[in-house]
Amino acid sequence: MSEVWMVLGMFLATFLIRYLPYGVADALRLPEALERALRYVPPAVLMAIVVPAVLLPDGQTWRLDWQNPYLFGAGVAFAVGWWKNHLLLTILSAMLAFFAWQALL
Amino acid sequence: MSRPRSEFWAGARDSFPLVLGAVPFGIIFGTLAESGGLSLGAAVAFSAIVFAGSAQFIALGMVTAGASWPMVVLTTFVVNFRHLLYSTSLLPFVRKLPQRWRLPLAFWLTDETFAVAIRRYHDSDDSEHKHWYYLGSCVFMYLNWQACTFLGLFFGRTLPGLESWGLDFAMSATFIGIVVPYLKNRPMIAAAVVSGGTGLLLHGLPNKLGLILATLAGVATGFLLERWLAHPEPAESLGEQESA
Repeated sequence: MSEVWMVLGMFLATFLIRYLPYGVADALRLPEALERALRYVPPAVLMAIVVPAVLLPDGQTWRLDWQNPYLFGAGVAFAVGWWKNHLLLTILSAMLAFFAWQALL
Repeated sequence: MSRPRSEFWAGARDSFPLVLGAVPFGIIFGTLAESGGLSLGAAVAFSAIVFAGSAQFIALGMVTAGASWPMVVLTTFVVNFRHLLYSTSLLPFVRKLPQRWRLPLAFWLTDETFAVAIRRYHDSDDSEHKHWYYLGSCVFMYLNWQACTFLGLFFGRTLPGLESWGLDFAMSATFIGIVVPYLKNRPMIAAAVVSGGTGLLLHGLPNKLGLILATLAGVATGFLLERWLAHPEPAESLGEQESA
């Protein structure tokens, strides 16, 4: 039975975090400074996810070497992103680079 | 692009690489769930009702280690706390929607959907239907997660070496593609560099704490630098700065 409580508790914990700001949105005006600060959330959180994923692909071992396909693919993604600013093209070239590098090495 | 239906499909389409990136994790979760000590019903409920990849894995690990359910719930709260940053960031856009929209959009909010939805909201066009784009991403991510959990639960043993396929790189590639257009000024670049570096330094912290702290460090850096560039303070108030 404790499994039921666990699932219910996990659901409530997760949903309440996701819903809280939406739920009180009508009563809540964010201070302008906070709204400005929040514009930094997308690049900050995505980089905080990507950098460890690329440099520590298995979560343990540092892979700063050029044979690391994650690092090579990420380099291609940044380069193509800057060059073309086209999301799909960026993803496809990075994936291609990643798999080619993995296959070649 | 402004009609609800085309927004919905655009959201689903733009989430495709992220859906692909989630495939191995969903299958691995399903594969490990029962041997890790979850009942079939609980494994399905994790994906269907909780719907939070990292938290599901961490909770499974705790169940395997024999943790009590209140500890698992508490840990889930900590692991998913980063979603508060997402829902707060989306708040100015979601505010206009009725509760019947806000409830499902909150339930389905994930790292991936946040990334594509906030990008769409920051697009300069004034489409009134951007929430349909958000919804399209949600539905695709959710259905894929259920399907992959199911695949893992029933066929996981027949899909060996899934981790080594490298599908997880699709997520990094997409996130980089979303980040690059933000990097147009020094505060944004500083925020990205500081959060990436901090995330690397703190990656060993449990329960995604490193991710939250790194994000906050990046946000604070960008925001403070932005203010400082707009109104540089007198040199004497900054001990280590040289006077201009």
